[in-house]
Amino acid sequence: MTNPLDVDRTAQVQEVRDRAAIVRRETVRLVGIAGSGHYSSVFSCAELMGALYSGVLRIAEDPDWPERDRLILSKGHVAVGLYPLLAERGYFPEDWLDSYTRLGSPLGDHPDMRRIPGVDFSSGSLGHGLSIGVGMAQAARIRGYDETRVWVLLGDQELNEGQVWEAAGSASHFGLGNVVAIVDANQMGLDGTTEETMSVEPIGGRFEAFGWEVTEIDGHDPEAILAAAAALPPATGERPQCIVARTVKGKGVSYMELSRTWHIGYLDPDDAAAATKEIDQRG
Amino acid sequence: MAEAERADGVELAPVPGGKSWDLAGMEKLSTSAVAGKVLAAMGDEDPDIVVLTADLKFSNQTVDFERAHPERFVNVGISEQHMVSMAAGMASVGLKPYVATFAPFVGLLAGEHIRTDLAYPGLPVRVIAHHAGIAIGFYGTSHHATEDLGLMRSIAGLTVVCPCDATATEAALRQTADLPGPVYFRVGRGRDVPVYDALPEAHWTLGEATVLREGRDLTIVANGITVAAALEAAGALAGDHIEASVIDAHTVRPFDGATIAEYAGRSKRLLVAEEHNVVGGVASACAEALVEHGLADVKLARIGMPADEYSLIGPPTHLYRHYGMDADGIEAKARELLAD
Repeated sequence: MTNPLDVDRTAQVQEVRDRAAIVRRETVRLVGIAGSGHYSSVFSCAELMGALYSGVLRIAEDPDWPERDRLILSKGHVAVGLYPLLAERGYFPEDWLDSYTRLGSPLGDHPDMRRIPGVDFSSGSLGHGLSIGVGMAQAARIRGYDETRVWVLLGDQELNEGQVWEAAGSASHFGLGNVVAIVDANQMGLDGTTEETMSVEPIGGRFEAFGWEVTEIDGHDPEAILAAAAALPPATGERPQCIVARTVKGKGVSYMELSRTWHIGYLDPDDAAAATKEIDQRG
Repeated sequence: MAEAERADGVELAPVPGGKSWDLAGMEKLSTSAVAGKVLAAMGDEDPDIVVLTADLKFSNQTVDFERAHPERFVNVGISEQHMVSMAAGMASVGLKPYVATFAPFVGLLAGEHIRTDLAYPGLPVRVIAHHAGIAIGFYGTSHHATEDLGLMRSIAGLTVVCPCDATATEAALRQTADLPGPVYFRVGRGRDVPVYDALPEAHWTLGEATVLREGRDLTIVANGITVAAALEAAGALAGDHIEASVIDAHTVRPFDGATIAEYAGRSKRLLVAEEHNVVGGVASACAEALVEHGLADVKLARIGMPADEYSLIGPPTHLYRHYGMDADGIEAKARELLAD
């Protein structure tokens, strides 16, 4: 007899895969509207974002529910991958997506909390997100929101920013077990590999040294992501939690994988169609 | 509690009832010293107020808030940029954070954070930038902030106020309490000469330049420590039958250019004295107002840090004298301007 929990998990894993495919497919389409965009940074965290919106985030129909989990895209340039997931949840009309980056659109390359329902904080300036998350977590404690978690998605090259470590130190000092930092360790920044440009390893060791509990996973494996989320201790705990997600920049479109030139780029319509085909096949 | 206060080896005044501060006698306190006491009292009424500082709770007296509301006080250590971003996160959840530290380490060091994390999302975080200008004297340029107004007054959605004494500080804190967006308070090191208590008919109203003295020959615009100095200078000038208006341009953004233009347009001579570089601060705001009101014929003189100089080392009062920011300096510059 099949364990019903396994069935649930199997269904959830498929949901993550489906949403990751939506993230990649829509990113190709929307960047096509803009004429330029961060394809490969989004592709590395497609499964992570897909999982967050497949039952990991504790959110409701009302995007402003005070006790909801918060998500901060500290690597704000992946907003184009978030927008389709927010539209899917009904936080804003689907046709907003078609306006992406056009004059007056609420949807830009970086997310704006005042223009987009479901965006918990405006981001784009790298290094700020974890501090903002620490503030939200501290506020949740003051407000008595015991189940609320604050999730912060960071890039690996972003860890060069000194403010990340100001925030990391204070999260453990204040005993904020309601903070979850997810590092999308996609091995690359703009100029080349992270380790060549300015090394950040050992990522887990650095967070551990700052008093965090660290889990390392394959960031493209939906089961591993869901298991890591399920294994988090209660939000009332004292140790901030870090998930180091080992990923591949550009994952999902073969010629973008670990290619420096695709951090920002543009696919002409034929190439976009080919990329979408590959995403559909692999998704 | 008494033990904890002694533990740091700092002699502290008792807090009546261990709760909110007795607000009587506030006029004897300085701008820096008063903020913590006012916040402690405001915190009694508003449970959403939280206070953050960066290892400076004794310098800015936010320790008074900590004593009254320890569960809503956050010391982030020496990490000012983190403090501003963290306050932004707290505000997004519904709290009203006040962050306090030396002006150069927030108005300059965390300038981008004030823009990007506070003003752009329009969050109700209040920044108390104390020991502004050259108030910290011989600590040197690293600890001076003579450029912060230039940066702060160009940030969309940010309210910028410079209260000159304890009464003005309390008024500024209370009148901005319910503003939906962020506020930058630029305050001194303390030991400020009372202005508003000595002139009980003068009212400090957010957004309105306060005319503290009326005179037809000259208009003096001041803010912060130069307000008391300007009033003293105007008194000395009156002895020679030179009548000067003195205006406290305490709200730098939004700037009350209409009042400045009205007075300067009549006197045709405008002297601006500020504890800031002569570029980018109140003098620049006044110049913009004059031109916008078609008053380019008004003769403008500026007292402040010279455009291309960093301050000498010296005690604050000596520096004020050296750079002509005291009463004698303002009086001398006024005579120069009138002789022109």
